[in-house]
Amino acid sequence: MDSLTMMPALPEIFLAVAGMALLMFGVFQGDKSRHWMTWAVVACLVIAGAAVPQLADGRSLAFGGLFITDPFAVFMKELVLIGAVLALIMATGFNEREKIARFEFPILVLYATVGMLLMISANDLIALYVGIELQSLCLYVLAAFRRDTGRSSEAGLKYFVLGALSSGMLLYGASLIYGFAGTTRFDGLAEVLAGNDISLGLIVGIVFLIAGLAFKVSAVPFHMWTPDVYEGAPTPVTAFFASAPKMAAMALFIRVMIEPLGEAATDWRQIIVFISIASMLLGAFAAIWQTNIKRLLAYSSIGHMGYALIGLAAGTEEGVRGILVYLAIYLPMVIGTFACVMCMRRQGRMVEGIEDLAGIARTNPGMALALAIFMFSMAGIPPLAGFFGKLYIFLPAIESGLYTLAVIGVLSSVVGAFYYLRIVKLMYFDEASEAFDRPMGRELSLILVVTGVFTLFFFVSPEPLVGNAAAAAAALFGG
Amino acid sequence: MIIQALAFYLFAAVAIASGVMVVSARNPVHSVLFLILAFFNAAALFVLMGAEFLAMVLVIVYVGAVAVLFLFVVMMLDINFVALRQGFQQYLPIGALIGLVLVAELVLVFGAWVVAPGAELAATDRIPAPDQISNAHAIGLVLYTKYAYLFQVAGLILLVAMIGAIVLTHRQRDNVKKQRISTQLGRRREDSVEVVKVRSGEGI
Repeated sequence: MDSLTMMPALPEIFLAVAGMALLMFGVFQGDKSRHWMTWAVVACLVIAGAAVPQLADGRSLAFGGLFITDPFAVFMKELVLIGAVLALIMATGFNEREKIARFEFPILVLYATVGMLLMISANDLIALYVGIELQSLCLYVLAAFRRDTGRSSEAGLKYFVLGALSSGMLLYGASLIYGFAGTTRFDGLAEVLAGNDISLGLIVGIVFLIAGLAFKVSAVPFHMWTPDVYEGAPTPVTAFFASAPKMAAMALFIRVMIEPLGEAATDWRQIIVFISIASMLLGAFAAIWQTNIKRLLAYSSIGHMGYALIGLAAGTEEGVRGILVYLAIYLPMVIGTFACVMCMRRQGRMVEGIEDLAGIARTNPGMALALAIFMFSMAGIPPLAGFFGKLYIFLPAIESGLYTLAVIGVLSSVVGAFYYLRIVKLMYFDEASEAFDRPMGRELSLILVVTGVFTLFFFVSPEPLVGNAAAAAAALFGG
Repeated sequence: MIIQALAFYLFAAVAIASGVMVVSARNPVHSVLFLILAFFNAAALFVLMGAEFLAMVLVIVYVGAVAVLFLFVVMMLDINFVALRQGFQQYLPIGALIGLVLVAELVLVFGAWVVAPGAELAATDRIPAPDQISNAHAIGLVLYTKYAYLFQVAGLILLVAMIGAIVLTHRQRDNVKKQRISTQLGRRREDSVEVVKVRSGEGI
């Protein structure tokens, strides 16, 4: 019997309780509280971010083994918290301008973040499911947050229906796994799988589980919701969708595949290889014809998840380190890009067409420079950060002999470079149209500078990040 | 024993028959009523298996809340069910095909049923025999101790559902007249009654 301690889960408990307290303040103070609510939630997230590494003492279990913290969890939790804080800060000005600011917004982001932290720390199939549901339910509401416009409501409803479908598949898979293995605990599953023949039913269960998880990271063929939801949701919410939940879902994916199902790697590797190839190709080709920048970024995120999954297909410690580095680089890159999208405002109205970016190098040089940095980085051009992300992903794939996967990855990133560079060409070489509104707001400029500098100068000292990622990956395999 | 077997077949047959009626009844209200019948029979099957707590939860949650909600939705919303059914004939073959494939898969899966050798040991939660301990007691023993974490997170999910419902549907309406009891009680005679001398024949 494991101990019922709850010390390792203290940051999550703190966040949940703080969320309830803030909710009470908000309810009694009314909508006036929305001005300080965002900053209160940001403060809570920062405190949690500071507490997470303090409480993690190697590998420790809580709540009778349902909850686990290890260096891998700490690394991913920090990424999630950073993503949530940046998205929240970006949202303040936007929500006020668009008149959708309400005090519940930061609270929902807070609870979504709690759900993500629980996903990362799940050590049991039921804990995995409740974490996913807590996260998803908040995200459905956030997608429909601009409830007076049809597109936002459509995005929320679509996300909800498809998310419920994916939850169903995930639960079906989990119940099959439980039925054939007799336990829902990850360590128990690993014991059952070790040294035994894996029955057909268990494999069917694993396939359904992968389908459910692939939906959450929006990998092909479970990507259909992504472009519509990204386009319909308010832009800061889209930025949040593209950053933090992706980190959490990917962390969960990695943990499930490596820890309990690691013994069955030969059975699931081909599935991951297929998902990865399909995501990369679709991300590269479908994005070419997009005219809306948010849809384009949706396809781009599908492609990026495909690249990240290459590391999982390799299934080695280096592969997981590659994914962690890739995600850590992807996070500031995508947040910065969305900060640029939020600067696209003319006469107080948001514009989202790619054509609207034409010639802004002359009218808004700072923003054009930042967006150019992010686009070059996403295309993977050295010496920007995105190049290193791809490097750490492709090397382990080649070491594990997945040559086809690596070759297709490189080729699709060449195709992908086309539409990233098209944006740069539009900004720098096309006829200038009307300038975007100024000033873009202090928070946005701050985020642009921070993420831009990180992306540009990552190559100067990649060691701390790569070292931490390596330690996190080692924890996953050593345990 | 034979009575139990007979009861099982009776409840199972009625459950399946009402399940068929749910999808084939013309009137949507009848569909929901058949759904309730199916729930009741499923609850009876649970009782036969000695799971009385689950049976009662099924009746309270599904019949008491979910089915009644369905009934309200069906009766309140103006949905044209005839139009919804129009594609039925057209999609029947492909639907039947998918159903067949799923059945074949299930048969394959359960045909290959092997309990993994380690599974017996790994299963940490023995289900106690129903004649030794009541259902509610057995669930209570683990729900608030071993599974307290899941119980609490489920509570958080419900909290978020409530916040979400309020965020998405609650509107502050202007010019709605609300009763303010303190103002009503605070009214004085001087504020509302004016005594005017009216001379006869002149009016005010």
